[in-house]
Amino acid sequence: MEQKKKKDITNESYLQTVFRRFRRHRLAMVSLVLLTVLVGAAILAPWIAPYDPNAIVGTFSGAPCPEHWLGTDQIGRDVLSRLLYAMRISLLVGVLATLISTVIGVMLGLVAGYFGGIPDMIIMRFTDMVMSFPYILLVLVAAAIFRPGLWNIILILGFVDWPGIARLVRGNVLNLRETNFVKGSIVSGMPVRHILFSEILPNTVAPILVYATSVLALSMLDEAALSFLGQGVQPPTASLGNMLNGAQSLTVLTTQPWLWIPAGLLIVILVMAINFIGDALRDALDPNSR
Amino acid sequence: MYKYILKRILIAIPVLIGITIIDYVIMCMAGSPLAMMQGPRVSEAALEAKKIALGLDQPVYIQYFVWLGQLLHGNLGYSIKSYQPVSEMIASHLGPTLLLMGVSLIVSLILAVPSGIYSAIHQYEKGDYAVVTMSFLGSSIPGFFLSLLLIYVFTVKLGWLPSSGMTTLGTAGSAGDVAAHMVMPVLVLSFSMAGSNIRYIRSAVLEILQQDYLRTAKAKGIGRFRVINKHALRNALVPIVTVIGMEIPMLFGGAVIIEQVFSWPGLGLMTMSAISSRDYPVIMGVCLLSAVVVLVANLVTDILYALVDPTISLN
Repeated sequence: MEQKKKKDITNESYLQTVFRRFRRHRLAMVSLVLLTVLVGAAILAPWIAPYDPNAIVGTFSGAPCPEHWLGTDQIGRDVLSRLLYAMRISLLVGVLATLISTVIGVMLGLVAGYFGGIPDMIIMRFTDMVMSFPYILLVLVAAAIFRPGLWNIILILGFVDWPGIARLVRGNVLNLRETNFVKGSIVSGMPVRHILFSEILPNTVAPILVYATSVLALSMLDEAALSFLGQGVQPPTASLGNMLNGAQSLTVLTTQPWLWIPAGLLIVILVMAINFIGDALRDALDPNSR
Repeated sequence: MYKYILKRILIAIPVLIGITIIDYVIMCMAGSPLAMMQGPRVSEAALEAKKIALGLDQPVYIQYFVWLGQLLHGNLGYSIKSYQPVSEMIASHLGPTLLLMGVSLIVSLILAVPSGIYSAIHQYEKGDYAVVTMSFLGSSIPGFFLSLLLIYVFTVKLGWLPSSGMTTLGTAGSAGDVAAHMVMPVLVLSFSMAGSNIRYIRSAVLEILQQDYLRTAKAKGIGRFRVINKHALRNALVPIVTVIGMEIPMLFGGAVIIEQVFSWPGLGLMTMSAISSRDYPVIMGVCLLSAVVVLVANLVTDILYALVDPTISLN
């Protein structure tokens, strides 16, 4: 420990500092490796999946065997191949929903925090309204209305997840507005666009990034829950949630665990890895920690 | 203080009105409940009569005001499907949900408060790592997957616990029977809630442990036990109050899925069936009820927060 402290860190760049701190979080490093492997497998699914995910290639509900490592499902599709493609879909939903909600949240937060007054009041009251609805209920109702489907789920999750980010950004903007460099820019008559996007936004990227990882984890969990209830991604497209849907039948639950346990475990591993990385990022990006 | 409470309430009112409007707009976009009744056996005239009977021939905003006016008289309307009053339906399903939520809230606090404080006091020790890892697992495992695992182990393999309903079919349902049915749903709900709460309480207590007054208390030499129990825990009340406030909306949401998996005869199960049959008045009623509960919970949290922590400025 003493040895490491003596290492010269005076000339370190910001990113190096962040990475040095990030590495101290062992579980996050493990998660990062794991997540890289899983995301790689998901992206490469068309090349590494042993079978076509929607083709019938074996017996109905076959147990795991050398040809089908994780067995086959009720209509004879290869579970491992479907799992790889399902991971793709679930990651896609999570990433896009997070992007949409982050953009909406950042925009509304910037406007509310910077301009204050009436726009602030309207935006924040609207945020309160969206936050007051029990989240899952809102998503379920929306999914039922707009017909469940891949793109609708992405949009719904994206349009429901933003209030947290909006509040966070607004709070940070309120603080940054009081700093001298922003006050200086205002006095010297810099355009608002420049102050918002080139001065305020870069200084609040770190907390947004941390928050976005938790939104990513949450939206992947929500996609899984929705698809599990049959209100999310629709078959034959496989998603990690709708692969668990079959486990609502008793025969699958009791006698064919290979049909639901791998999909569930994969969700847990993905979400947990994302959460650990978010946790390590929070520590690494915090300017108050050493 | 009164001014603060009054101000919070005044802010809550427009939010509440906004909620009813959003709610109504979403429901209108859902499409007509008449579409569900359509079929070769239903004549056009009968549909038309039904439309007028349900007030669906009026413009949307008039329908909204009619509904709002009824609401102020305590009338939430009638279910389109079963013709029961919505308020009655909610009342009859509220009990099981409140029971499930209440017990889960208590269990999750019993899990989260001691382990959060323990892991803060023992920061960076093995016990701390174990607690934090468990809490991450709690907030990363989907409730329905944990439910399926529990059902697989305790119902299918061991046969110890019943997996659906609130009482065994055909029996009156003794307290013990209900308790047995509750074990798994409560475990799932409280485990996932405790997950995020443990970390929240842990970081709040860590912050308290760094305060000057704790250093003073330690310097007085009153002993580790009294430092923590007399000085740290009392201040840890603030984050615990916040946690309870945060849990209530989470409970409402979590209950929908868990009730579905365990066929628990509560609001969640009723809402899911209302959603699939597009029973607007019922969905509206449940959404409104839950939004009001969440608003009131936030309000009470804010007020309690101000009471517990005198340093919070009231403006």
